[in-house]
Amino acid sequence: MAEPRAIDIKDQPGFRSIAVICVLVLYVPVLILMIFSLNSGSLVTHWEGVTLGWYGSALLNEEFHSAARNTLIISVTATIVSTICATLAAIGMTRVKPWRGIAAAFMIINLPLMVPEIITAVATLSFFALIAGTFGLNFGIGNLVLAHTVFCIPFAYMPIRARLEDMDLTLEYAAADLYATPWNAFKRITLPLLVPGIMSGAALAFIVSFDDFTITQLVAGPGQTTLPLYIWNQIRRPMTPEINAISTILLLVSILFVSVSFLIARRRAK
Amino acid sequence: MGIALKSRVAAPQLPSQMACGDNQTGTNLPPRAGSLNGVIVPEQPGKNAIEVRGVRKVFGTGENQVAALDTVSVSIRENEFFTLLGPSGCGKTTLLRLIAGFDFPSAGEILLHGQDIAPLPPFKRPVNTVFQSYALFPHMTVAQNIGFGLEMLGRPKAEIEARVAQMLKLVKMEALKARRTSQISGGQQQRVALARALAPQPKVLLLDEPLSALDYKLRKEMQIELKRLQHETGITFIFVTHDQEEALTMSDRIAVMSAGRILQVGTPRDIYDRPAERFVADFIGETNFLAGTVISKKPGVATVKFANNATIAAGYPEGFEPSGEVTLVVRPEHADLTPDPVKGTIAGTLSNIVYFGTDTHYHVKLDGGENFIVRHQNSRSNPVIYETGTKVGIQFEEDAARVLKD
Repeated sequence: MAEPRAIDIKDQPGFRSIAVICVLVLYVPVLILMIFSLNSGSLVTHWEGVTLGWYGSALLNEEFHSAARNTLIISVTATIVSTICATLAAIGMTRVKPWRGIAAAFMIINLPLMVPEIITAVATLSFFALIAGTFGLNFGIGNLVLAHTVFCIPFAYMPIRARLEDMDLTLEYAAADLYATPWNAFKRITLPLLVPGIMSGAALAFIVSFDDFTITQLVAGPGQTTLPLYIWNQIRRPMTPEINAISTILLLVSILFVSVSFLIARRRAK
Repeated sequence: MGIALKSRVAAPQLPSQMACGDNQTGTNLPPRAGSLNGVIVPEQPGKNAIEVRGVRKVFGTGENQVAALDTVSVSIRENEFFTLLGPSGCGKTTLLRLIAGFDFPSAGEILLHGQDIAPLPPFKRPVNTVFQSYALFPHMTVAQNIGFGLEMLGRPKAEIEARVAQMLKLVKMEALKARRTSQISGGQQQRVALARALAPQPKVLLLDEPLSALDYKLRKEMQIELKRLQHETGITFIFVTHDQEEALTMSDRIAVMSAGRILQVGTPRDIYDRPAERFVADFIGETNFLAGTVISKKPGVATVKFANNATIAAGYPEGFEPSGEVTLVVRPEHADLTPDPVKGTIAGTLSNIVYFGTDTHYHVKLDGGENFIVRHQNSRSNPVIYETGTKVGIQFEEDAARVLKD
C-alpha cells in the first residue's frame, strides 16, 4: 500500500457527492439507452419486457450494413493515412533544429482543433464543389475519406508528439554512437519506442472519424450514408428500440477499440 | 564484489581466437586495419590515441555567442586512463561530445590515431560512449543492448552472440541477460552500459560522469571495476568527472578544465603536488594560500619572504618567471604545528580543531590575519595535544610550498 498522503482531495467536503453527480450525469443516459435496446415494446420511452429482437433486426438491416461498410472504409483509411501524416509531422517538428516559424507550423497543424467544426464542414463542402465545378472531378466516397483524413491529423498528432518529446534524446545519440545510421537508429530505437504514441494517435483518429457527423453530413453524396448519418435519419422517423440497439453496437465497437489500443500501448510502454 | 577476474579480454580479438594461449599482460595489440562498414580503422597506430588540436566550440550566434571551448589542445596516449576534470560548465562534456561526434567543432581538428575525425558523424567513429544516464534501450533485453553495436556493424550472428556472452561475463551480468533494462538496478544498468560500449571494441571509450548516479559505496566499487576493465581490455578511456577524488584515484593523467580552457595536464601527483594555477590548487583537495614576496631566484626555485621576514624556498611552474608579490600554495598535510611559535616559519593562534576520524584539521589564524589549515594523521601515538586559543608555530616540510602563476 502507498503511504497515506498528507493532503487527500477525497477529504474535501462535497468532493464525493460532486464526483458521484458527475459520473451519473455522464453515464446514466447512456445506460438508459442501452437498457431500452432490450425493450420488447416498440416505444423507446415505455418499458414492456426483455428481448434481443431489435439486435436481430438491426443486424439484418441492409441499410445498416451499407452504412457500417461506408463508415469502416472511411474511418480505417482516414485513420491510417492521417496517422502516417501525423507521425511524419511530429518527427519533423521535434527532431530538427529549431527553425524560424516552428511555432507557426505548430499552430497551423493544430488549428483544425480550434476552428468550429461547422466552418470546416462548409469550407470542405465548398472546396469539393469548386473542384467538381472547375475540373469536373468527384472522388465519390474518396471525398469523405479526404475530408476525414484532414481533420483527423491534429488528433493523431497530439499523442505522437507528446511521446516524442518525452523520449530521451540520449537514446538516439547512443544508437548513433553504436554505429547505427540515422535510418537504422530511427527504425530500431525511435520507432519502436514511439509505437504507444502512434497507437493512441490512431485510436483517437479512428474514434473522431467514426462518429463524425457535421462534416460528413455536408460532404456526403447519395449512397455515402455513414452510421452517424443513418442514426440521424432513423430518429427523424417514429423511433423504435432498433436505434438503441444500433447505438449500443456502435458504443461497444468504440469501447472495444479503445480498450485494445490502450492495452497494447500499456504493454509496449513496459 | 570481487575484482579479480582472470580471463583477459584482449582488445581486437574474436572469442574464437581467444584459445590461442593468450596470457601476455601487455595490452597494446595492433588494431585491425581497414574499414568495417564505413567505420574508419587506422592502418598505423600513432603514439597518441586522440589528439585535440586548437579546438574551439562556440554556441549561439551574434551577441549571444558563448565559447564552450576556447582553443583547446591536448594529446591522449594509447591505453591511458585520461580524465577531464572540472566544475560543471567548464567544457569537459562539450569536449567529450566533440570526440564522440554528437557536436562538431567550430574550429580545430580532432585526430584519432593521426586521422582527423572531426567531420565524421558519430556512427562512423570507432569510439563508444558510456552516458551519464546510461541511455540503455528500454525495449531491449540486456543481451540485445550489449549486442546492438556489433549488430549495426553487420557482424555475423555467431560472433555477436559469443562477444555478448564474453561481455556479460566481463561485467558479471550473465544471470540477467534476458532481463529488460528497466528490471535491473542502477548499478547493474551501469555495468550493462559499460558492456554495451565495450562490445564493439572501440579504439577509445568515452565515459561521461558514469558514476554520478550511484551511491557512495557502489561508486567506490565501480571505480575499482572501471580500472580493472581498462586494464583488461587495453582500451584508452577518456573519463569526464567533476569529482576530484575520483579523478585522483582512477586516472593515469588528468586535464583540469575551467571556463572552456585546459589549465593543466599531468599525473594525479603532478596536479595535486604541483598545481600551476590558483584554480587548479583550489579545485583539487584542500589548500592554503599565502602571500609573499620573491627576493631571489634560482632555476626552478624561488626564495619567498613572508610578512614576518621569514623566508622559504618554493618551486614554481615551468615557463613562468615569478617576481614581486606572489601567492604560495601549501597543502594542509605538508605542514606541521609546533607548540613553540618561535620555532615555526610562521605563527598564529589555533582557532579551531576539527576531528575527522582518520585525521584532524587544525585551523590557525595567522598573525598576518590569514587562515591556515594543518592536517594531522591520527594515530595511537599521535594524540591531540593542542587546545584552541593557544599560540602555535607552523613548520613546512621541504618542498611544501609552490609559487602559483597567478
